[in-house]
Amino acid sequence: MNVRSVAVDRVVDRFPAVRRIWTARAVGHRLLPLAIPLIVLIAWQCAASLRLLPVQILPPPLLVATTAIDLIRGGEIVDGLRVSLWRIGIGFAIGAGSGLVFGALLGLSRTVEAYCGLTFRLLAQIPSLGWLPILLLIFGLDETLKFVLIAKASFVPTVIATSESVKQIPTPFREVARVLQLPARSYLRRLVLPATIPGIFGGLRTALSHAWIALIVVEMLAATEGVGYTMVWGRTLFQIDIVIVGMAVIGLIGLAMDTGLARIEQRLQHWEARP
Amino acid sequence: MSGATLSEALRAARGGAVPWSRGLVLPFALALVWVWSVHVGWLSGPLAIQPERILLAPFDDAAGREIWRAIAASVLRYAGGAGIGILLGLALGAAMGLSSTVERASGGSFHALRQITLFAWIPLLTAWFGNGEASKIVYIALSAFFPVALNTATGLRNVPTSYREVSRVLSLSRRQEIRRVLLPAALPAITIGIEIALISAWIGTVGAEYAIGNGRGIGTFVSEGREQFRMDIVIIGVIALAATGYLATRVCRRLSSLALMRASGLT
Repeated sequence: MNVRSVAVDRVVDRFPAVRRIWTARAVGHRLLPLAIPLIVLIAWQCAASLRLLPVQILPPPLLVATTAIDLIRGGEIVDGLRVSLWRIGIGFAIGAGSGLVFGALLGLSRTVEAYCGLTFRLLAQIPSLGWLPILLLIFGLDETLKFVLIAKASFVPTVIATSESVKQIPTPFREVARVLQLPARSYLRRLVLPATIPGIFGGLRTALSHAWIALIVVEMLAATEGVGYTMVWGRTLFQIDIVIVGMAVIGLIGLAMDTGLARIEQRLQHWEARP
Repeated sequence: MSGATLSEALRAARGGAVPWSRGLVLPFALALVWVWSVHVGWLSGPLAIQPERILLAPFDDAAGREIWRAIAASVLRYAGGAGIGILLGLALGAAMGLSSTVERASGGSFHALRQITLFAWIPLLTAWFGNGEASKIVYIALSAFFPVALNTATGLRNVPTSYREVSRVLSLSRRQEIRRVLLPAALPAITIGIEIALISAWIGTVGAEYAIGNGRGIGTFVSEGREQFRMDIVIIGVIALAATGYLATRVCRRLSSLALMRASGLT
């Protein structure tokens, strides 16, 4: 509590009329974040009710809400999500798993770094979106395409984070470990893991968000099912309500995955702080 | 200790001197394997093209020669869209970072919209702005907008309290405080935001061209190459888009840091 609000409280205690004004201001303050969504919603509903814009361009908010309920009840959203999450699960497991191994090799061995570092950095310059047409020509619209693209999108950040964290283990620590002649297992458990886990985990979080983006891109451009496809399908039908519901689902799932990983990250930091 | 560090430093120095030659081994080996397996006939399908075809593609036939105009069109589009997005991002970010009322009013909506994967905006934008240039520019601007606004706002908000106290002690006017204290202190964060925005806007440029498909551009070039099953065009296009993106972001980064330094009176 800062000085100003203490002073304000003192004044407010003495003059109840001030309290009313003050609390009214506090309420306003609290409601402020809702102002813009509310204004947009009202303007949106008005524009739709007055038929300023055709439904194919701006469906009324109520229609969007009922479409959302219909899509959830009808199972389109759940089915789409099941396909999408399966794709991202497999792709991420392959990409992050191989990324951890390759990143550790790149960080630990100078030979691997010398021979593969340049090639990796050159290929990493190409965004996932650039890989898509090449992979499309090789794999067609097959499911393999989705796995490979998602794996690539999660591979690159994982490799960078892993190799950087391994390289950044302070040399004195390694020397102490050498002097103590730590066996390989406790070397890994006591030194390498605690020193690298925060960095690697940050990399995995980036990797998952890249994988999610790659999933949406590939589903929008080259798929016949999944959340991204549902949206494109709505667009071709000129059903913007479906498009808006799709955007909301994509935003919510992305947010849920990221906050989930952030939670785990916090837990890991506690684990790391333990002696 | 010193022995170990010395040997490590020596190894690092040696490692720093040769990796180019050793780093080139793998790409050349892969290219050789590729050429050889195409020659022998092991490789069939779309990858069965001679790698030199890829290098000749931009000079060879009409479809391939289109690449130069495609790059020019993309760069122009990128400059326009990224410029608009960065300016709007700076404006909203500054408003959110400097005024707690603006921050409270728009922060929630901003962060909610930010959660939506950028690419998912494309269907809505094409419905609203058509399948042409306008949708692409809006999409590129949007890709640049979010990182700049976010970093500008957090950069300004995270200026240490002691700096603000100094400006109060010196009884600087709000304008002077912003120009002399807050802006320079937030400059590193803003610059990082712009750098992210420049990369994001280039990917946005290619993505919009690839997804929307009308008009000229490197994304359209690649997508047409794919439709014609021309792997040489696709690969040279992808290489060109990676290289152009790298160069364009470097040039823009240099320009924007110069502009920002001048704006904040550091030069």
